[in-house]
Amino acid sequence: MKLSAHELGFQALNEKIHSSKEDVVINECFGERFIGVGASSKTITINGTPGNALGAYLDGAAIIVNGNAQDAVGDTMNDGKIIIYGNAGDTLGYAMRGGKIFVKGNSGYRTGIHMKEYKEKRPVIVVGGSTGSFLGEYLAGGLIIVLGLDTDEFPAGYFTGTGMHGGEMFIRSNKTPISLPKQVSINEASQSDIRRIEDNLAEFSKVFDIAMDEILSKNFYRLIPNAKNPYKQLYTEN
Amino acid sequence: MAIDYIYPDYEIVRNYDRCINCRVCERQCANEAHEYIESSNKMVSDDSKCVNCHRCVSLCPTRALKIVKSDHTFKTNANWEGKSIKEIYKQAESGGVLLSSMGNPENYPVYFDKILINASQVTNPSIDPLREPMETRVYLGAKPSKIERDENSRIKRNLPPHVMLSMPVMFSAMSYGSLSYNAHESLARASAELGILYNTGEGGLHENLYKYGKNTIVQVASGRFGVHKKYLSSAAAIEIKMGQGAKPGIGGHLPGKKIVGDISRTRMIPEGTDAISPAPHHDIYSIEDLRQLVYSLKEATRYTKPVIVKIAAVHNVSAIASGIARSGADIIAIDGFRGGTGAAPTRIRDHVGIPIELALASVDKRLRDEGIRDNVSIVVGGSIRSSADIVKAIALGADCVYIGTAALIALGCHLCRSCHSGKCNWGIATQREDLVKRLNPNIGYKRLVNLMTAWQHEIMEMMGGMGINSIESLKGNRLMLRGVGLNEKELEILGIKHAGE
Repeated sequence: MKLSAHELGFQALNEKIHSSKEDVVINECFGERFIGVGASSKTITINGTPGNALGAYLDGAAIIVNGNAQDAVGDTMNDGKIIIYGNAGDTLGYAMRGGKIFVKGNSGYRTGIHMKEYKEKRPVIVVGGSTGSFLGEYLAGGLIIVLGLDTDEFPAGYFTGTGMHGGEMFIRSNKTPISLPKQVSINEASQSDIRRIEDNLAEFSKVFDIAMDEILSKNFYRLIPNAKNPYKQLYTEN
Repeated sequence: MAIDYIYPDYEIVRNYDRCINCRVCERQCANEAHEYIESSNKMVSDDSKCVNCHRCVSLCPTRALKIVKSDHTFKTNANWEGKSIKEIYKQAESGGVLLSSMGNPENYPVYFDKILINASQVTNPSIDPLREPMETRVYLGAKPSKIERDENSRIKRNLPPHVMLSMPVMFSAMSYGSLSYNAHESLARASAELGILYNTGEGGLHENLYKYGKNTIVQVASGRFGVHKKYLSSAAAIEIKMGQGAKPGIGGHLPGKKIVGDISRTRMIPEGTDAISPAPHHDIYSIEDLRQLVYSLKEATRYTKPVIVKIAAVHNVSAIASGIARSGADIIAIDGFRGGTGAAPTRIRDHVGIPIELALASVDKRLRDEGIRDNVSIVVGGSIRSSADIVKAIALGADCVYIGTAALIALGCHLCRSCHSGKCNWGIATQREDLVKRLNPNIGYKRLVNLMTAWQHEIMEMMGGMGINSIESLKGNRLMLRGVGLNEKELEILGIKHAGE
């Protein structure tokens, strides 16, 4: 089914997506918000620039964006996949609980903040370019990979992993990171670490047609939390 | 160092003529204040461990125990009270932020206690609720400002989603994690029986409690714990938590020791890790951003549920409420500075925010002045202690109230204000299995139903006395209120006259 986002507006557009039994292609997308919110099946392909909260609470559907996306992509997403062939805005994957987000280009501030995980349910974000500051802030679970394919600088901004208390991040770079907070411990990733994320790297490589050799041509830093209870010493019972 | 020894606030007094060494007190005290000394065949107590929760007193079979406030004192000083001195000792020793529980206990004015309710005499007959119909039902949600008709002149059914309550009370947000499972079950079952709603708080919803969905408000807070499509879809309404009266401007933090078993699964974080809710939602820095979250939740639930935005009562609450009323939210919940909490920094709890009575009156006035009062319903909490507080709140302009502390007291809470310790002897604010099972949900829910039924009767009697037979006629009816001992500014803000006027 082909739909024009511009003609319908977000409410009618989502109504049509919701009632469609088949895959959906959306054209003329000029910033319409909330596309595919909570969708649980089918593939939604967007040609254009979807607005904020694309695929929020996504519950199993696949969303492909041929263009850039804006803020709050995959907010509190539970399952499914979002693939963006451009850049994404701020708070990408906020509080994600499951599923995967692949971004070919860059993403904004607070990428992957507050992601969670429980047992087999483990969300994944892979960003091909760089991210803004506060990457993985309050991270409680899940996996974030930042590749920095187009830069020789460290591909994340300031305050990476502030308040991090779970999950892990891999950042591909030959440059050492800037200003990490004390909740984060950082090491060069070992071969076995890389093997654990290899399936996600391979999927990224295949989706965006970027050679695995290129992806593996630099070091990866692995960031994990220093303590599960960063604020334990902060309080005195009164 | 001995300088940090603080004489206990409370003393456990045991009447040894009555004590039969049955050791019930020892078994009941999670703080381990009581101990049996075999060599002397005697029970002894350590006052320093006592939190004055009355568990041992209530269960002592021979009434041998009482807890009294210590008369031990620092040298009298009108400026430096013992409390201030002790808090400095604690902080000098630990370097920690003081952490407290439940609502603000300090001596600020309680405006509800300075407002009196009217009654009819002679000219306007009062109504006997036992004989005559009396409506306590309320509907929460946006009310359309005009009737629209289609081309055949039939009225368009464009009413936004509402929730219906049998009485203007809901149980306020208290998370599974801060509360025990049995406490949550009691609240859920009581709500179902009463035809009202309870609120999950920000900890998600245990899978066993989904069946109470149509009596459930699900909360979405900055940490987004336990939020997914099924959670949103199961509920009667969705609440976005922006703030809490006990700790305006700061976030929440459930310590790792409470993240065990089902709490971990419901919140979706590994066992033993802290559950951190940041102070702000990091995707909401403006009313426009708030509108985005409101609409993403409405989209996710196909516009079938009202969205509540909960804020703490702070200085410029009426301007904030005006923004919220334009954000697409259906209901505004305002939490006063006396609202309870499972844990909050003492200084924040005791010094930040404003009284709910003033916040409510000013929000209601502002929304009416701007012609947007019907965009939203107003729910107030923090703190509502009785049916009289409810009647006063509704006459000041609320549609409904939230009760939290009062509900916990019905479940057995003795307001010892030690929730943050996780060792609640009444099985309410704890995850320790042996303590949780002390709260029997079969009894707990019944006690909540009893309390609400009693309050409903009292509300009807007070309304009947005023000659009013529905909550709708009481709402914002400030002529039914008079102030006592209030200055002109306070009366002006509350929008009421002084008694005698």
